[in-house]
This record gives sequence, structure tokens and C-alpha cells, in this order.
Amino acid sequence: MTPFVVPSPFLPPFSEVSAVLCLLLILLVPFAGVGLALINTGLGRARSAAHSMLSALCVTAVAALVYVVVGFAWQGVAGRPDHAVLIAGKAWGWIAAEPFFLRGLRLDLSPSALIVLLQMFSVGLAGIIPLSSGADRWRLGAICASTALLAGFTYPLFAHWVWGGGWLAQLGVNCGLGRGFVDGGGSSTIQVVGGVTALSITWILGPRRGKFSAEGMPAAVPGHNAVLVLLGCGLAWMGWMALNSAGAMLFLSAEPGRVVLIAINTTLCAASSGLAAAVVTRIRFARPDASLTANGWIAGLVASSAAAACVKPAASMIVGGVAGILVVWVSDSLEFQFAIDDPGGAVSVHAVGGLWGVLAVALLADVGPSGQWLAQLVGVATLLGFVLPLTYGLNWLLDRVYRQRVSRDGELQGMDLFELGAGAYPEFDIHGDEFLQR
Amino acid sequence: MKLAGFLLLVAGWAIVVAAVALLPSAGARAGFVLAGIATELFGLALAVRSHLVLSAEGE
Repeated sequence: MTPFVVPSPFLPPFSEVSAVLCLLLILLVPFAGVGLALINTGLGRARSAAHSMLSALCVTAVAALVYVVVGFAWQGVAGRPDHAVLIAGKAWGWIAAEPFFLRGLRLDLSPSALIVLLQMFSVGLAGIIPLSSGADRWRLGAICASTALLAGFTYPLFAHWVWGGGWLAQLGVNCGLGRGFVDGGGSSTIQVVGGVTALSITWILGPRRGKFSAEGMPAAVPGHNAVLVLLGCGLAWMGWMALNSAGAMLFLSAEPGRVVLIAINTTLCAASSGLAAAVVTRIRFARPDASLTANGWIAGLVASSAAAACVKPAASMIVGGVAGILVVWVSDSLEFQFAIDDPGGAVSVHAVGGLWGVLAVALLADVGPSGQWLAQLVGVATLLGFVLPLTYGLNWLLDRVYRQRVSRDGELQGMDLFELGAGAYPEFDIHGDEFLQR
Repeated sequence: MKLAGFLLLVAGWAIVVAAVALLPSAGARAGFVLAGIATELFGLALAVRSHLVLSAEGE
């Protein structure tokens, strides 16, 4: 396979055909967000279902607005001015220097405009991820405020480093580390950033009432609608193929013909990951578990984002298989050993799956010069050592000025009735807490 | 313990960035990057542990 990924000092020149194809792909990306929203809702309680879907809509809205107002100004695109620090005679770009409100940007079929459009959707996708970890107890106002922090600062900053010609993208040029940090579809920028935000939110909110006994044993709180979850997987699959393809065209200079390979790899990754999760749960619990299999499917998509554009189909099966096994193991460990109540599995699916995808590029991709594994490791280190403390700190500060967790009454009543005044299923009986520990 | 965990996370990242930016030899650079990541993992374990303790106290 010809290596084609390039560091991104400049945007690739786009023919009109490439630009139109890229635009069409980008317009399919919101399906990934719809899929995740359905999965989050299905894995949550029935009495918080409307709240969950409304939260996803609000997150998408807040993320798009904040990103256009300030986010893009920090992220920028490769080849345009940014603020850089000189270290050992080399420029390390750390934040973009674009004007607010997209001023001065030509909004047509140019690569810069396509990047803005893709990023408006991507940042919403990253914002939807933590919703599943805060399910049944995260206030709508706090969700919007937390999303504003994510879309206005955390996401654009890290995305500038990877996609905007920042220091991670320049590791190849500045330090001779392969082709710099490579992540075409956003395993790190979208998925891990969303995943570590989810981890921060679970820590700040604490577990749902009754989830853990006094001895620390977790109760199973089943999702209320497996059909929504599995439908969400299908929609996410379509959105992810578009996301990975558009990302590779814009950030890795992939030719339009590569879209076929990327779609094949994305599908193989999801398929092998979903099946691996089904087999592991079949072995462990004597039956395949629908929610964990769905999470396995999504973890495969997550891991595919970094690797789909630069691995062979056989390698993408390995990427997916490992992701499927990881997601089951990590979900169990988080709940049983670390008392982390993450109802939708955002941490195991998006944070762990995304980190694995980034490392898979180092292990399995053909990206040319040596040192690529070190560039990928530096990216992983940045996600753990910079993005996680940053997102935790911002959300912790937010919690000090605006309490993020709903009151005890709200939690008992359900988020739908307490915050919205009406439930999602008014004609049906909603089960109580009979399966929770008291 | 929570603060110490997060400080170790940031310290590990600082080691990684410093190694990549300042060390010329590939071997030393790789060694320090791995050391930085090990520091981060220790910090992550500490942060997880501190939240485990907080959860138990909450119950």
C-alpha cells in the first residue's frame, strides 16, 4: 500500500469533484451524532428518555454556536497563522490566531470552509459522548455549560495541535517522528476528548443513587430500550463512514478513491469489534449481551477513525477485534473495581477505544518513516496528561459555581418530569426502582 | 490524593514534551517518553483510587 498520509503544514489542493464528494460526506456525519444519541437514550432509564434526547439536541446546538463564535478561532486550519513557541529553533504551534465568528474565511467549497463545516458537526459529536456517562443525574443547564467549555476551548485547542498544523502534527517535521501524530477521522480529537470528558463527568457527578451498595457492589440498571440502541448502531455506522472518509480527505490528503478503502475498513472494524464483544459476553454470561455488543460495535467505529485510512483490511479486523474485547473488559473493570457509574459506557467505548485506535496506527499502519510509534505515544500522553486534567479542572470549576448534579428529588422523580415537566412515554407505566439496592 | 494524581498526570506529560523537544538522540527520547507515560499511568491510578475512596465515603 502506498503511504499517503502527510503532515499538514498546508491544506491539500482540492479539485471540484473532490470538494463536492467531501461536502456530501460531511453532510452525512450528523447521523453519527443521532446514532449516539439514540444509544445513550436506549441505555438510560425510561423516565429520563426525553431528557436524554433533548440534551443531545441542545449539545449539538450549543457546540455549533460556540464553535463558530470562538472555537474555530482557537483551532484554525493548517497553513494559516497561529501562535507558536520557539523551542530549540523550531516553531511549536500551540493555538490558532483566527478571528472570531469565522470572519475573513471564504465559505465556499474551499478546504478551509469544508473543515469548518465538518468541525461544527464533530464538536457536537464529542459533546454528545459525555451525556451517556451523566445519564439520569446531569442537569440540562450544566450539560449546556459543560458543552460550551468543550466546544469553546478544550476541543479546539487539541484539534489545533492535531489537525490545525499544531505541534503534534509537526512532530515529523520538527523532531523526525514519522509523519507526526496521525489521526484522520478523530479517534483522539473527537472520541478520546469526549471520552475523558465523560470520565471527568462521572467523577464529578458521582454514581446514580442506589447503583452501589454499602459494600461497593454494583446493581445492574438495565437500559430501557434495546431497539433504540441497536438502531443507533446502524445510524452511527453510516455517519462514521462519512466522518472517517471526509476527515481523511481533509487532514490526510486522501484521494477520493480512498473513500472505498476507508468505508471497507470502517465496516470491518465495527463488524469484528461487535462480534468480538458478542462472543466474549456469550462466553462470560452464557448469552450474548445486546448492550455490550452494541458498545463493541461503536468501539470498533471509534478505533477505526484513526486507522481506517492507513491500514489494510486484514489489519482493520485486528483493530476491531481488540476493541471489542477491550470494551467488555474495561466496562466490567470500571464498574466492579473502580466504582465508576458510566451507564452508557462512554469511557470504555470512546476513551479506551479511541486510545487503542491511535496506538493501532503505530502498530499496524503503513505510514512511512520510522518514529511513528513515538509520535502516536506522544499524542496518547497528551490526551492523558493534558486533556484529562484540563477537562476535569474546567468541569470541577463549573460545578463549584453551578451544581451539575440534579437534586435527590429530581433523581427519584426522573429527569423528564423534574426538568421537562413531561415524560417520554406518557401512556405507559414507568417501572420504579425495584431492581436497585436500598 | 486526587490532586497528587492530577499533578502526576501533568508532570508525566511535561516529561514527554520536554523529551521530544530537547533530547536529540532517539534512544534517550524514547526512554523519557516511556518514563513520562509511566508517570501518567501512576497518576491516573492515584486519581481513580482517590475517587474510589470518595465514593465509599459518600455511601
